[in-house]
Amino acid sequence: MTTVAELPAGFADKVLSAQSTFRSVMDAMARPGSVQRIAADAGTPAAMMRGTAAIALTLFDHDTPIWLDSRMSETSDVAKWLKFHTSAPVIADSSISSFALIGSPRELPALDRFAFGSNEYPDRSTTLILQIDSLTQGPALELRGPGIDGTAILQAAIQPHDLFERLAINVALFPRGIDVVLVHDDAIVAIPRTTRLVARGG
Amino acid sequence: MNAPTYNFAYLDEQTKRMIRRAILKAIAIPGYQVPFASREMPMPYGWGTGGVQVTAAILGPEDVLKVIDQGSDDTTNAISIRKFFGKTAGVATTTATADATVIQTRHRIPEAALHGGQVLVYQVPIPEPLRFLEPRETETRRMHALGEYGLMHVKLYEDIARFGHIATSYAYPVKVNARYVMDPSPTPKFDNPKMDNCAALQLFGAGREKRIYAIPPHTSVVSLDFEDHPFTRYRFDAPCALCGAGDSYLDEIVTDDKGGRMFVCSDTDYCESRQSAGHRGSESAAPHKERAHG
Amino acid sequence: MYVAVKGGERAIENAHRLLAHERRGDRDVPEVSLSQISEQLSLGVDRVMTEGSLYDRELAALAIKQARGDMIEAIFLVRAFRATLPRFGTTEPVDTGAMQVRRRISSTFKDIPGGQILGPTFDYTHRLLDPQLAEGFSPETLETSEASLAATPRVTDILGRDGLIEPSPAADAEAPVGDLTREPLSFPADRDLRLQNLARADEGFLLALGYSSQRGYGRNHPFAGEIRFGEVEIEFMAEDVGFAVPIGAIAMTECQMVNQFKGSATEAPCFTRGYGLAFGQSERKTMSMALVDRTLRARELGEEVIAPAQDEEFVMSHSDNVQATGFVEHLKLPHYVDFQSELGLLRKLRKEFTEATESAPMQEAAE
Repeated sequence: MTTVAELPAGFADKVLSAQSTFRSVMDAMARPGSVQRIAADAGTPAAMMRGTAAIALTLFDHDTPIWLDSRMSETSDVAKWLKFHTSAPVIADSSISSFALIGSPRELPALDRFAFGSNEYPDRSTTLILQIDSLTQGPALELRGPGIDGTAILQAAIQPHDLFERLAINVALFPRGIDVVLVHDDAIVAIPRTTRLVARGG
Repeated sequence: MNAPTYNFAYLDEQTKRMIRRAILKAIAIPGYQVPFASREMPMPYGWGTGGVQVTAAILGPEDVLKVIDQGSDDTTNAISIRKFFGKTAGVATTTATADATVIQTRHRIPEAALHGGQVLVYQVPIPEPLRFLEPRETETRRMHALGEYGLMHVKLYEDIARFGHIATSYAYPVKVNARYVMDPSPTPKFDNPKMDNCAALQLFGAGREKRIYAIPPHTSVVSLDFEDHPFTRYRFDAPCALCGAGDSYLDEIVTDDKGGRMFVCSDTDYCESRQSAGHRGSESAAPHKERAHG
Repeated sequence: MYVAVKGGERAIENAHRLLAHERRGDRDVPEVSLSQISEQLSLGVDRVMTEGSLYDRELAALAIKQARGDMIEAIFLVRAFRATLPRFGTTEPVDTGAMQVRRRISSTFKDIPGGQILGPTFDYTHRLLDPQLAEGFSPETLETSEASLAATPRVTDILGRDGLIEPSPAADAEAPVGDLTREPLSFPADRDLRLQNLARADEGFLLALGYSSQRGYGRNHPFAGEIRFGEVEIEFMAEDVGFAVPIGAIAMTECQMVNQFKGSATEAPCFTRGYGLAFGQSERKTMSMALVDRTLRARELGEEVIAPAQDEEFVMSHSDNVQATGFVEHLKLPHYVDFQSELGLLRKLRKEFTEATESAPMQEAAE
C-alpha cells in the first residue's frame, strides 16, 4: 500500500502555483495554437507529464469527475495521487467526466465516448488533456478561429494523427463540443471547440 | 470569536478553481453565459461582485491592475475595488491603461486600443440580453440553445416603428462569433465596435446572476442592426473641453442652473495623457496640473 | 477653467469616519455590548443567523452592532464572512423529533402526546407599550424543575402513522445534499434547493408571499400542524471513528403545515406537507416558509401554477435580500455614461419630433 509520504508532492506554493498555471491555461485557451509554458513545479506520478500534473492540481477537485485512459491507469499511482492532492473522483464512465487524461493518445477512444454538453448547457462537456511527443517539432498545422489573429501555425507531433479530423465534429455540434489541451512536458497548447484546421503543411 | 483571515485575492482556492473552470469554458464557447456558483462577496451584489470574482480568480502577484467606473479611475466604486485588491492581493495598481495587465471596468471600454497582454474584466448587472423581453431563464436558455433570436429583432424593429431609430443607447446587444447574442454590459453603444477583433481577452462577470462569459481575442463581435437601419455610434458632437479630443466619449457636466454645460472625456486616463502630451481644450487649465494620485 | 473631480479616496475615508461616529451615537450613553444584543435582542440575532446562514450568536450580534441595527446589512455581513469559511463536511440530518422542546403548539389537535407547551411567546400579550420596561425592569426570577422526559412526537408523524398525510420523502443517505451556495442554480429546482433558498430568504418577502397564498393567490388550505422551538443536537460523521459524533446543540424552530389533500384513482387521498425550519426562535419565518414551500410544490402535486407564490423561478430569484438590496441600491452608483447615451438619444428623438410637428402645418397648408 502506498502511504501519503511516498506520493509525489503537489505544488510547493499551492496558491501562487495554481494562479500561474491557470494563467498559462487561460492564455492557451484564449490563443489557440500558441504554445504556453507552465512554470510551476510539482511532483508527478510516472505516467504524468509536468504540465498535466500542474493542470490537475490547478483545476481538479471533488466537483470534477476524472477519466483516465489505459496508460494513466496502468498502475494506481495516478489515481492515488489525484485523490490525495485534488480529491477528484476517478470514474470509469468517460461520458460524465469533466476532464479526461490521455497518456497514450494513439488509443484515444472515439470522441462520442465523452461529454459534449447540451445545447442548453454546452459547458457540461469533457475537456481532453492529451500528452503528446512534441509541441515544437512535427508537421505544421494552420489553424483559424476565435483567439487567432488571422491564422496560427502549430508545429507538433499530433497524436492521434487524425485528431483534427475527429475534432471536425465540433463544427456540426457547436455550441456543444470537445475542448482539448495538448501537453508536452511543461508546454501546453489548447484547441477549444471553435478552432478549425485550415491547412496541413509539410 | 472566529477572527477572520483571508486568502490571497480574498477568494478561497476551491472557489477560484470553480471560477477558473468557468472562465475556460467561457473562452471556449464565446458569448455563452456559463453558470457559476457566485460567492457572497464583501461588497453588495450589483456593485461589481462578478467582476471582482473574475479578477480575483485570474490575478497574480505580477499583475498590474487598473479599475475604472464610468471610464474614470477616480469614481468612488473604482477606488473602493482598487483598494480591495491592493489590500487582499498586494498587487501593483495603475491608472495608466497601457501599463495595466488586468483592467476591471464598469460601463466603459478604454479609448486607447488594448493590447494582447491585457485582460479586460467587465462588471455585469444583467448578463442576459433577452431578459427584458423574456424574464424566464428557462425560456431564454432555450432561445440561446436554438440560436433563436427573433424576439430581439422584433424588439429592435418595434423601436424603429415607434421612434424612427433603434432606441437602445447602452447595453446594445451584439452577436459573438456569429452565434451567441450577448449583452456587452451597460457600456454606451459608442464602445461596441471596440469589442470586435480586440487584441485583449474580454471576460464578463455577473455575480448576482451567477454567470461568466467571454470574448477571446480577435473574435468577431457585431452589433445587431438592420440593413436599412445600420448600427451607428453616438457621441456628443463637441471636442473635449479639457484635452480637445474629438474622438472620445464625453461626460456632460452641468456647470450652472442656467443651461450651462461642458463636455469632457469620460476616460480620465485618456484625457490626462492627451493633456500631458500638450493637447488643450477650451476649458483646460494651463500649465497642466500634476496628477493627484499615482 | 475646470478641474475634474478628484479626491474620491479621501471622501470614502471621511465617510467611514463619519459612519463610525454616528454608529457610536451620543458618547454620554453607554456603548451597547455584544452580550446585551445577543441576550436582549435575541430574536433579531436569530433572524440574522437564519438569513445569514451561519449559527453564531456572537458574530450575529457583532453584525447587528456594526450595521447599526439594519438587519439586512447585518445579514450581509454574516454572509460575506460565511463565504470565506472552510467546509469540513455536512452534519447528519437533525432529528427535530428529539428536540428539547421549549415551546410547542399544534392547531390541529386539542391535546397531543407531550402536551401543548406555550413557552416564551408574544402570542397572548396585549400589545400595550410597557412603561415599566422603559425605566429598567427586572422580571421575577423563575423557578426551575427537572425537564420532562415525556416524548414529544411530531404531529405529522402521528398523522403519518395512519397514512393521513403524505410520507416525508425518505432521505437517500448516498445522494449528495444540494447546496445553492456551492453550485449554480438551474430550474426546475428540487425541493432540497428550494428549501435551502427559503431558509435563507427574506422574512418579509416570504411573509407577503405566504399571505398572498392565504388570500387566494395559490391557495392550499393550511393548518399549523405543529410549531416547535427548542434545542436539537448536531452530529457529525467522523470518518476516522466510523460513527456520528455529537458536536453541540443549537436552537431551532420548525413548522409543519398540514395542507389540502391530494389523491387519485390509484392513490388514497391524504394531506400534503409544507415545511419550515430556521435557527433560533423564528416562528413568523418558519410559518411563512412552510406556506411557500407548499405553494412551490404545485408542479410536483399537479396543481396549476397561476400565482407568484407557486412560481419557483419567480420566488427563488427574488427571495434573497442580500441580492435584492444590492441590486436595488446599486442605482446609487454612477450611471453617467449610460445616462449620457440615453440623453443623446432622447435629444435626437425630441428634435426630430419637433421638426416633424413644425413642418406638418405647412404641409397641410400646401395641400
